[in-house]
Amino acid sequence: MIPGAFEYLRPKTLSDAIAMLATHGDEARPLAGGHSLIPMMKQRLASPSHLVDLAAIADLAVLREEPDGLVIGAMVTQRALLGSALVQVKAPLLIEAAQQIADPQIRALGTLGGNVANGDPGNDMPAVMMCLDATYMVQGPKGARQIKAREFYRGAYDTALAAGEIVTAIQVPVVAGQGVAYEKLKRKVGDYAVAAAAVALTLRSGEVTSCAIGLTNVAPTPLWAKDAAALLVGTRLEADAVKKAVAAAEAITDPAADGRGPADYRRKMAGIMLARALARAQQRAA
Amino acid sequence: MAKINVTMTVNGEEVSGLAEPRTLLVHFIRETLNLTGTHIGCETSHCGACTIDLDGVSVKSCTRFAVQAEGAQIRTIEGMAEANGTLHQLQESFRQMHGLQCGYCTPGMILRAWRLLQENPHPSEDDIRQGIAGNLCRCTGYQNIVKAIQHAAATLNGETIAEAAQ
Repeated sequence: MIPGAFEYLRPKTLSDAIAMLATHGDEARPLAGGHSLIPMMKQRLASPSHLVDLAAIADLAVLREEPDGLVIGAMVTQRALLGSALVQVKAPLLIEAAQQIADPQIRALGTLGGNVANGDPGNDMPAVMMCLDATYMVQGPKGARQIKAREFYRGAYDTALAAGEIVTAIQVPVVAGQGVAYEKLKRKVGDYAVAAAAVALTLRSGEVTSCAIGLTNVAPTPLWAKDAAALLVGTRLEADAVKKAVAAAEAITDPAADGRGPADYRRKMAGIMLARALARAQQRAA
Repeated sequence: MAKINVTMTVNGEEVSGLAEPRTLLVHFIRETLNLTGTHIGCETSHCGACTIDLDGVSVKSCTRFAVQAEGAQIRTIEGMAEANGTLHQLQESFRQMHGLQCGYCTPGMILRAWRLLQENPHPSEDDIRQGIAGNLCRCTGYQNIVKAIQHAAATLNGETIAEAAQ
């Protein structure tokens, strides 16, 4: 499996990368970890004329805490996330999700930016970012802008990015006392989720004061289960409340029937992953 | 498409060669550098037969372009044994513990296990199983591969190998 021919570009600055992508238009693609794009190129599902490798741009590898939360550069790998004490303490949901992505070799090269920007509904980080209400920092020929993760995904491989724009960093809010969990059902190591659920909630005296839910791979886009989460605020996560939220979450899914199971099965698994994630997040909330 | 000169350090030796941008790193290693110990299994980044060590991490060389490895430090299976032919402890342990049958996955397994032991010299059985989760073996059922890595870790740590050998 040999990809089609292309020209390889390796800019050292973000502005050079943006200019190269603008010059070569639709036929150019940015290259991050390459673990989605290169397999697609081998199958000739993608045949870009130019690859703009972002690996040499130091600005895209930042990982720091700012007043608005963690700022994680698009080229930070899943492996680097897993090794970050800062992320472990401030955004443990990212750690839990990254641990469940693919395998060690793929985590060594796969990047956070590629995972969120590619628009593949099977990717794990988009639902996590929707759950955490993260913001994507975007740069393009018309300058910089910010897009909420919750408004970013439009369809399979279809995102709010305009032509020539790339995600440069992800800003993740840090919420003290938050209980989080990511529950993923997969057939084997390296497979995408049959269904997965991300939960972030806060409690006061056992009562839910805030709750957010994201769902992976049970629709053409990752899902922000806003209504399901709202049903839980003010409850103590009693069995009846969880059941209603699970039903509300299942109702917004639209899973494909494929090798991972029939649509009805995957819908139910989304509900079960959600119930499990809620229980674990509840235990962890301060 | 014009070929690009690519230079990298492989098994301690600086090497260079011409590669089209679309040339996969594993093809460059096998066909340009003539280091055929690195195997191609699935070519879809699932099986791990093409695993090498690149700049301090294990990577699947079928899912990397050679041009991306410009300036990289690479180790392949050819860089494991000593120049006089003495096997690396991991290779010796795979031999002793029957950690291979057909041998196809073995170069990738050894390179992955080597990096795992660099990062974690005292891995638990679970650490080993998680650590080699990206390397498929269709012969052994993994049992003896895990034992071989435990055996190598114990030996390298100067610990008793009796338990691992059972």
